[in-house]
Amino acid sequence: MPKKDAAAAVEGSYRAENFKRRSRYVLVFAILIFAFITIVVLNINTGSVHISVADVFRILLMKAGDPDNVSIVWGIRLPRIWMAAILGGALALSGFLLQTFFENPIAGPFVLGISSGAKMFVAILMIFFIARFGFMSSWVMIIAAFGGSLVATAFILMVSRSVKNMSALLVAGVMIGYICNAITDFIVTFADDSDIVNLHNWSQGSFNGMKWGNVWMALVVIGVTTFLTFMLSKPISAFQLGEAYAQSMGVNVKRFRILLILFSSILSATVTAFAGPISFVGIAVPFLIKQALGTARPLVVIPATFLGGSVFVMVCDLIARMALAPTELKISTVTSIFGAPIVIFMLIRREKAKR
Amino acid sequence: MEYYLKLDQLSVGYNGKTLIHDINIGIHKGEIVTLIGPNGAGKSTILKSITRQLALIAGTVEFNGKEIHSYSYKDLSSWMAVVLTERMHPELMTCHDVVATGRYPYTGRLGILSAEDEEIVDESMRAVNAEDLGSRDFNAISDGQKQRVLLARAICQQPEIIILDEPTSFLDVRHKLELLSILRGMAKSKGITVVMSLHEIDLAMKISDRIICVKGDHIFRYGKPEEIFEESVIRDLYGIDNGFFDPLFGSIELPKPKGEPKTLVLSNCGRGIPVYRMLQKQDTPFIAGILYTNDTDYQLARLLAASVIAEKPFEPISDAAIQAALEAIYRCDRVINAGVTVGTGNARMQEVLKAAEKSGKLKTAGA
Repeated sequence: MPKKDAAAAVEGSYRAENFKRRSRYVLVFAILIFAFITIVVLNINTGSVHISVADVFRILLMKAGDPDNVSIVWGIRLPRIWMAAILGGALALSGFLLQTFFENPIAGPFVLGISSGAKMFVAILMIFFIARFGFMSSWVMIIAAFGGSLVATAFILMVSRSVKNMSALLVAGVMIGYICNAITDFIVTFADDSDIVNLHNWSQGSFNGMKWGNVWMALVVIGVTTFLTFMLSKPISAFQLGEAYAQSMGVNVKRFRILLILFSSILSATVTAFAGPISFVGIAVPFLIKQALGTARPLVVIPATFLGGSVFVMVCDLIARMALAPTELKISTVTSIFGAPIVIFMLIRREKAKR
Repeated sequence: MEYYLKLDQLSVGYNGKTLIHDINIGIHKGEIVTLIGPNGAGKSTILKSITRQLALIAGTVEFNGKEIHSYSYKDLSSWMAVVLTERMHPELMTCHDVVATGRYPYTGRLGILSAEDEEIVDESMRAVNAEDLGSRDFNAISDGQKQRVLLARAICQQPEIIILDEPTSFLDVRHKLELLSILRGMAKSKGITVVMSLHEIDLAMKISDRIICVKGDHIFRYGKPEEIFEESVIRDLYGIDNGFFDPLFGSIELPKPKGEPKTLVLSNCGRGIPVYRMLQKQDTPFIAGILYTNDTDYQLARLLAASVIAEKPFEPISDAAIQAALEAIYRCDRVINAGVTVGTGNARMQEVLKAAEKSGKLKTAGA
C-alpha cells in the first residue's frame, strides 16, 4: 500500500473512532434520561396511596384530578423527588471533583470525612439556634455545613501534605469522620430532648418532609455550582494528566485547586445540610458513569455524573420508602447496600489492571 | 545574537533551600542544549525551575528578553512544551486523547477540538511514528511507546521550546536514536529550541550544540561538546578514576582488569579489538603492541590494556619499541597473534613475531 493511502486510512479511522465515541455518549445519555423519567413517574405513583400512571401525568401537567392525590403529589412526593434528584446529582459531582483533586478514584465526601465534618458543624449550630430561637433557617444550615466541610477538607489537605500514599490518606479521612461523629454524638447526648428529635431525624439522613422552599434553595445553590463546575471542564481535563502537565498547559494550578475544593465543598455541604450525610454515591456513580461512557472527559462526564447521581439516589430513596413501608429506612442504608459493593468491585478491578 | 533563553545568576532548589547556585547560561534559538551529570546532581531541579514548576531562589530566567515570571501560565504554554519524568496514569484515555491535550492552549473555553486541531494531532503522531497507537489505551502501551506519545503531545502544542527531562530512559536503542533524531530534525528545520537532560553521555555528545555539566552545587562546565568531552572532564564530572571514556567516539568502557599482565596481544588495523574485549570479559590484564597511535586498536588498547607499546604513525618501528616488545614476550606467559599485517613501514614486526614463535608462547587468535 502506498504511504499516502496508509495515512489516509489512519485519519479515516480517527473519524470513525470519533463517531463511535459520540454514538456511545448519546446512547448513555438517552438511557440516563429514560431512567430519570421512569424513576420520577415510579416514585410519584408508588406509596401508601397508589396513583395510576395516567393520573400522575394528569396531576403533573394539569394539576387536575382527585384533590387529595393532587396535594399528595404536589405537596409531598414531588418536592421529595426533586430534592433527591438535585442532591443526588450534587453528591456524585462532588465525588468526581474530589477524585480529580486527589488523583484518586476512591475519594469522596463521605470517606474523606467531609460529610461528617459538615454534620458536626450543623449539629452544633442546630442545638444553639433551636435553644435560642426555636428554629434554624436553611441558609444557616448550608453555611454551617459548608464551614464544616472546609474544616474537614483542611485537615485532609494537611495530612495529604505529609502523607503521599493514597490509601493512608483515605484512612486519615475515615478517622476524621469518626472524630467528627464522636463529637456530634457527644453534643447530642448533652442536648435537650426536644432538640434531639430534630437533630436525630436529620442526622439519620432522609429526604422525608422536604418543602418547596428547600427545593428552590437547593436548586439555586447547586445549579449555579454545577454550571461553574461544567465551565471548569477544560482545566479538569488538563489536570487529569497530573499537576505538572496541567501547569505546562497554562492552568493556574493553585487557583484551580482552590476552585475544585470550593465547589466540591459547596455541593456536598448543601446535600448534608438538607438530607444529612449520604454514603458511597460520590464514589460509585462517577465510576459507573466513566465505565459506561468509556472516557473520563469532564465535558461529558460532568453532566452524565450529575444525571446518574440523580437516578441512583432517586432509586435508593424509593427503596428506602417502600422496602419496609410504612417504616422508612435511612437513605444511607440503601446507598451503602448498592454503593459499597460497587466500590469493592472497583478496587479489585484496579488491582487486576495493575498486574 | 540575542540569547533566546538566559539564566542569569540563577539559584535553584526546593522549599527555599539552594541546591545549585550561580547558574549563568545563554541559549540561542534552535539550539539543542543537554544537561549531563551524575544522578541527583540537580538536572531536574534546573529544568523544573525553567518550566516554573519550582520557584526560583535567586536570579532570573529570561525568555525573549522578558523575565519568565512576567508571563502568564497561558502565554507560557503557547510556546513552551514539556516532557516530564513523572509517570502519568490517565484514566480511560487513548493515546490520541493524550496527544490532543497538547492543543489545550489553542482551544476555546470548553476545550473542544476543531478539525484543524485534529489534523495537527494526527500530524504530530506521524512525526514520532506513533500513528498506529491512536486508539490504544495509554496505560496499556509500553514505556517506549508512552515516551513517543508524550513527545507527540509536546509537538502538538506547537512550541518554540521543548523541555525534556530524561526523555530516553526506558527506551531501547532504536527508539533512543529515533527520538533524538526527531528532536534534531525539529531543532534544525523548525528552529525549535530543545533543552533536556540525558543520562547517555555518548548520545549527548552526538546530538547537542551545547552541554551543561551539573555537579555538586554548581555548573561544573558549560560549552560545546568538543570542549566538554575530554576524558579528564568526564572523569571529574562523574567522579570515576578508571579510564573508561573515549572522547573520540563517545564510547564507554568498563574499567581495565587489574594485576600484573601475563598476556601480550600483537595486532594492528583493528584486528586486536575482539581479542581485547574477550580478555576484558575474562578479567585478564594484558599488554598491547606494537601499535601506531593512529591505529583503531590503539584507541581501545589505551582504555583496556595494562600498557601499550606504541609507535608514532608513518615511521619505521624504533629500537625502543622493539626492545619493549621483546621484554614483554619474555615476561608474559602467552603471546596472542590477533592478526598482524606487515608492510614496508612496520617491517620490523617480523622480528617480534619470530621472537614470539621462538619462545613457544605464541598462539593465534581463534585457534
